[in-house]
Amino acid sequence: MSDAPKAGRGHIAIRDLTVRYTQHGSSIDAVSNVSLDVQPGEFVSIIGPSGCGKSTLLNIVAGFLKPSDGKVLLDGAPIKGPGADRGVVFQQYSLFPWMSVRKNVEFGLKMQGVSANARTSAARTLLGLAGLLAFENHYPDQLSGGMKQRVGIVRALATSPQVMLMDEPFGALDSQTRVVMQEILTNMWQQLRLSVMFITHDIEEAVFLSDRVYVMTARPGRIKAEIPIPLPRPRTPDMTSSPTFLALVRQLKSLIREESLAAMGGELGARGLEGFDRSLAGEGMQAVL
Amino acid sequence: MQASNLRVVDEDREATGLFVAAPAGREHPQPTGLARTEDVLRAAPRPPSAALPPPPSPPYFRLLAWARQHLPGYVLAACSLIGLVLAWHLATKYKLDFYIRFTNIPTPGEVMDKVAQVSQSKRFGTHVVLSLRRIFLGFALAGVLGIGLGLLIGRYKLMRSLFFPALEALRPIPAIAWVPISIMLWPDNEVSIVFITFIGAFFPILLNTVSGVQAVDGVLLRAGRCLGAKESALMWHVILPGAAPQIFTGLAVGMGVAWVSLIAAEMISGQFGIGYYTWEAYSLITYSEIVLGMITIGLLGLLCSGLIRLVGKAAMPWLAFSTQGGER
Ligand SMILES: Nc1ncnc2c1ncn2[C@@H]1O[C@H](COP(=O)(O)OP(=O)(O)OP(=O)(O)O)[C@@H](O)[C@H]1O
Ligand SMILES: [Mg+2]
Repeated sequence: MSDAPKAGRGHIAIRDLTVRYTQHGSSIDAVSNVSLDVQPGEFVSIIGPSGCGKSTLLNIVAGFLKPSDGKVLLDGAPIKGPGADRGVVFQQYSLFPWMSVRKNVEFGLKMQGVSANARTSAARTLLGLAGLLAFENHYPDQLSGGMKQRVGIVRALATSPQVMLMDEPFGALDSQTRVVMQEILTNMWQQLRLSVMFITHDIEEAVFLSDRVYVMTARPGRIKAEIPIPLPRPRTPDMTSSPTFLALVRQLKSLIREESLAAMGGELGARGLEGFDRSLAGEGMQAVL
Repeated sequence: MQASNLRVVDEDREATGLFVAAPAGREHPQPTGLARTEDVLRAAPRPPSAALPPPPSPPYFRLLAWARQHLPGYVLAACSLIGLVLAWHLATKYKLDFYIRFTNIPTPGEVMDKVAQVSQSKRFGTHVVLSLRRIFLGFALAGVLGIGLGLLIGRYKLMRSLFFPALEALRPIPAIAWVPISIMLWPDNEVSIVFITFIGAFFPILLNTVSGVQAVDGVLLRAGRCLGAKESALMWHVILPGAAPQIFTGLAVGMGVAWVSLIAAEMISGQFGIGYYTWEAYSLITYSEIVLGMITIGLLGLLCSGLIRLVGKAAMPWLAFSTQGGER
């Protein structure tokens, strides 16, 4: 399975996907009629306002959720459930606290029945490359946030998945660590050429990392725009001040702003505020009288 | 604290350079121009010790630090215990009779004489060994069944609806209330005492296991599943260790209740055992034996719960670094 050539594999195709959550009888569409592609070896980011269904989308591809409507295919086959062919990096820290760093990285291989020796040497190689070999016997609680997330990425990579699904993996990190992690990730991806579906709130992050960026609308999430990122590879931090980069960021910002306003509009519309004011005024008048 | 934070930042920076290189341990087809794993490893030699903590301070300082941290605690503990024995000694020596009556209570000295006396004979030892055996059997059974059933009930709705109502109906009945039925139920007195002990330990272990399983972080289950873990592997590698801290809480509580139940059962129906010994001493008006029995029961209980705590510490080494919980 893992011996198959990587080229041409790891194609995610989402077709007319709708995801409906049912709660206490009432149902809401979190994602509505979404179609998108992640080509083999492509780095694709998805951005959108909070609550627009980004995590839902990722959970569908990961196999944690089932589509209410539409199809999700990985290399032409429908996704049945979670599996080691898709590495997932979560927004929350998700290392097993009871396993050492190395055991965490070994876990996926252990589940595949790889022998203990082979597992250990694979894990140590990966940890060495991530600069974490000195911490192989530490427990996750002994690591900083950035290190934990790096171990999380290494763990997801250990089973040689065809695709990586990352749900705001750096969301919990401070901005300096975040920048470092982005650089690590882009370099790593440059080497491995996996398909990556990357979810983020951070527009600069999306532009810096991606080949393509999808912008989603406020709930129910649809695809609002698809923006190719023509920046050359490998990406370097000084590119973030290039005119192309800045223009892309500006374009994405205005797209997101429209949607964020739309998302807020439902709850904080001008009319709603007016009504609130008027009723207050009315009360005030009554109290005076 | 300070030092480790600094180290972490340093690590992150260093890692950037390393990750520029190929991070795969396996054979990915390498386009030309990209570094191979082996080259990278050779190109970036970095002693693993670079990020280790600074060398420890000299032993003298460590001893001083240790003493400063722990000595006050030990001194207070000693005072507390000495105070208790002293109060006992004074109350019994002067035969305090002030609503509560110390007239018949043996002095610490008399009890010590008794200790010397029983250590000569084998009878006392037999009582202790028998009690320990009952505890061990009842508790082991409760542990296996409580943890096993708790994992199933905590994990599967079906199991929960199937077993929980029946168990909830039995739970409010204290183990001691089972004594008469137990004597009728089991053919052998020994078995019925073990059964009472089992009942006492079972429910705390079961309930703590169930709530431990239900408290396992969902993201860890997801992580396990997308790393390829099947249900049984998830149970063994994720759910069990995830629930382990609460399981051990259940074991510790269960051990306490097991002793309560055992002593009561022995006093009522036993022919041997430390509970029986204590009650018999009362019937035979050998007062110092009563107190000896009590102290022995206390010590054995302490020993057993200490053992559980020790096993828990050894089985869950990661908790030493956990940031959860109030007391360190
Ligand atoms: N289990 C659920 N049951 C019901 N509704 C849900 C559930 N999970 C998510 N939702 C709803 O679906 C919508 C999309 O949620 P989702 O978590 O995918 O958003 P998101 O884009 O990832 O948001 P954020 O950027 O804040 O993480 C939200 O409005 C949320 O309220
Ligand atoms: Mg989300």
